Amino acid sequence: MIFGLMDVLNLAHGSFYMLGAYVGLTVLGVTGNFWLALIAAPVALCVLGALIEVVFFRRIYREGHLMQVLLTFGFTLVFVDLIRWRFGPQTHSLPTPPGLEGAVHILGVTFASYKLFVILFASMVALVLLLAWRRSRVGAILRAGVADREMLGLLGIDLKRVFTGTFAFGAALAGLAGVVVGPYLGVYPGMDESILVLVLVVVVVGGLGSIEGAILGSLLIGLAYAIGPLVLGGFEAASIFAVMAIVLLVRPQGLLGRRQ
Amino acid sequence: MNLSTNSVTVRFGAVAALQNVSFKVASGERRAVIGPNGAGKTTLFDVITGQRRPTSGRVLLDDADVTGFSVWRRARLGLARTFQRSTLFANLTVAENLAIAIRSRLKVGSRIWPSRVEREVGAEVSSRLEMAGLPALRHRLAWRLGHGERRIVEIELALARDPRLLLLDEPMAGLSGAEREAAVTRLRALPEAVTVILVEHDLDVVFAIAQRVSVLDHGVLIADGTPVEIRANRRVQEVYLGGVD
Amino acid sequence: MSRLRRFRPRRWLGQAAFLLFLLTVPAWAPNRFWINVASQALIFAIFAMSLDLLLGYAGMPSFGHAAFYAAGAYAGALWALHLSPDLLPLLSIGLIGGAFLALVGALALRARGIYFLMLTLAFAQVVWSVLSNNQLASVLGGDIGLIGVPRPVLPFAADVNLYRPANFYFLTLTVAAIVYIALAAVVASPFGHTLEGIRENEGRMESLGYPTYRYRLAAFIIAGALAGLAGMLGGSFNFSATPATAFWTTSGLAMIAVIMGGSRSLVGPAAGAIVVVLLQLGLSSLPARGLAERWQLLLGLVFIAVVLFLPGGLYGVLRRRAA
Repeated sequence: MIFGLMDVLNLAHGSFYMLGAYVGLTVLGVTGNFWLALIAAPVALCVLGALIEVVFFRRIYREGHLMQVLLTFGFTLVFVDLIRWRFGPQTHSLPTPPGLEGAVHILGVTFASYKLFVILFASMVALVLLLAWRRSRVGAILRAGVADREMLGLLGIDLKRVFTGTFAFGAALAGLAGVVVGPYLGVYPGMDESILVLVLVVVVVGGLGSIEGAILGSLLIGLAYAIGPLVLGGFEAASIFAVMAIVLLVRPQGLLGRRQ
Repeated sequence: MNLSTNSVTVRFGAVAALQNVSFKVASGERRAVIGPNGAGKTTLFDVITGQRRPTSGRVLLDDADVTGFSVWRRARLGLARTFQRSTLFANLTVAENLAIAIRSRLKVGSRIWPSRVEREVGAEVSSRLEMAGLPALRHRLAWRLGHGERRIVEIELALARDPRLLLLDEPMAGLSGAEREAAVTRLRALPEAVTVILVEHDLDVVFAIAQRVSVLDHGVLIADGTPVEIRANRRVQEVYLGGVD
Repeated sequence: MSRLRRFRPRRWLGQAAFLLFLLTVPAWAPNRFWINVASQALIFAIFAMSLDLLLGYAGMPSFGHAAFYAAGAYAGALWALHLSPDLLPLLSIGLIGGAFLALVGALALRARGIYFLMLTLAFAQVVWSVLSNNQLASVLGGDIGLIGVPRPVLPFAADVNLYRPANFYFLTLTVAAIVYIALAAVVASPFGHTLEGIRENEGRMESLGYPTYRYRLAAFIIAGALAGLAGMLGGSFNFSATPATAFWTTSGLAMIAVIMGGSRSLVGPAAGAIVVVLLQLGLSSLPARGLAERWQLLLGLVFIAVVLFLPGGLYGVLRRRAA
């Protein structure tokens, strides 16, 4: 969304994900309640995102992508190191919430309960986002903005607020994701790097500025990540990038992309 | 260079920007293309230069089918174009802008060892700047130019290629009266062998330069004739001139 | 030189003075550690300049550039380890390694702008995963890479010991100077101007009759070759070639050096590279222990500050002062 609507390459998005996980860790440590942590992380990241957009990003929109790379790279370094300072370089584990430990058996296959929860939760979030994107007024505004940003401004819509809102919301979602994966991937300072590349690939494959594209892209990349190594024998990274390269060469704007 | 398009149609989904346009321009002719906004004039240019592939139909330059040719190949054949919105090289100086166009004509764009040719290029840049009346702007960065100056450099860029077919997309837009006169003089002074196709809204300019006029409306070529004939044409009056008596 | 650029004697003097300064580094550097730092900075400067040809002049930012560096490092390492440590073949192999990988990566050139950027990212990551793959470890060294790479041997002075920091430093300085002069010539040539035109407005270039793909390809390969050269030197310097050098963040760091230094010149990126290396080192060896450990934090803050206050890069600032 941030990329498609605002044309901003935010390399710090991975660190929002990481920060969300750590916020969750802290809240969980203090209150012992996973669900509170699940709410606290997106809220915290929403505020942080809005602050960063207003204070920093507004100044450099016209400077172009390269400056954004520099700025967000800087933020990543700062955030990752701050986290390392406060929490140390080791991996912390986010305890699985009570009730979701253990496994369930469905049709003879064993699933970890928590992973099932993640699938359901993510699907729910995706559904809500999709509905909002397609049916709500805000969604219409955003879709219009992706198609023609200038026009949106000319229609009298306050672009500044739309940008801040989009950025903050994007950061909040990233933070939410961080908490959700905490229990089974662990929480560590290098989280941002591992997710950022995946996310960039998904966005490019799915197409910029399209929620459906992001969902489709994630499914495709997730499958590639899981199945690829079985076929290629160990080259996980290669299989993802192979998919991305193929998609880009065949359909340069991404599968469901709108922007040229 | 002569040009013809055979039944060119360009569709964007359900919208037809050009419908079955068969448009012929003879070598050395001065043709104007007029029509209300959105009639498809720029799209027609895009098809001729190769920037847009037609949904159906063919484009022929000097009777050769160039429909599959890329933009640069057609340019190499002798096609030059100006754009509605100035497309100069913003962070380069006016001199460098012109030099790029000249080098393309001389085919020395890939030289790593400059030698004599660069001096020739430099000299030609100077003389062209003189002819266009802009010698003082030589070292000015293109983005710093005023609107009129930009349009003039835009035209000069196209002319620097010594084209055989020149496509001008609203070249006079935004020019002051004096600038317009100068530009018209410049265009009228072009060698007779150069074919010129002009998209223009300013009818005075059209009548000053054009030998024939084609009229586009909603993607359809509705009339074709001398300026006098077009002016008298009923349908054109209704569509374009608002039906004024 | 092209007559279109005014002849600036002051510039030549400045560059000559800087070169003299660089020549004397081993004389006044406090100890060998700092001479090595200088070598490292110069190698990174070569890499940054090659990236600048692509980024600043041709207008093609790329996250895959470090892959060419790695190609040069590995090619050089393999050659030195298994064949011979003679300098000239090694330098050539660095260039060829980089150029060859660039040819492979040229697939990315079918895309433009951000999509090109992403494809180069993909390319870098594929290269990284191939290099670090443990199944190929017998040839490429897997995670750890190739170690024990010998230093080169000079062609007509085989007794000059390049294991001495000062000697190796002079080698890198020579290569850096040659690369700089070569790139300066390319950039001022018609070819260089054409690349700039492509950067400014590729569509316009096409309608002026330029086959832009060919120019982008040429720039890509030249830049790749030079990156490979830097990599070969880097591998020599570190006595090793590691997969981590191909990771996209290495390209990111180089991009930052280029941007910080000012992408529209050659001196800028070289200076930016030196600054980045010095910053990284300087910050991590600060006397105050606590601060030193936080060098990444400080580096990040520096980047943010540069963006907010110096968007034209250091070169932009200096140019304005001189004007």
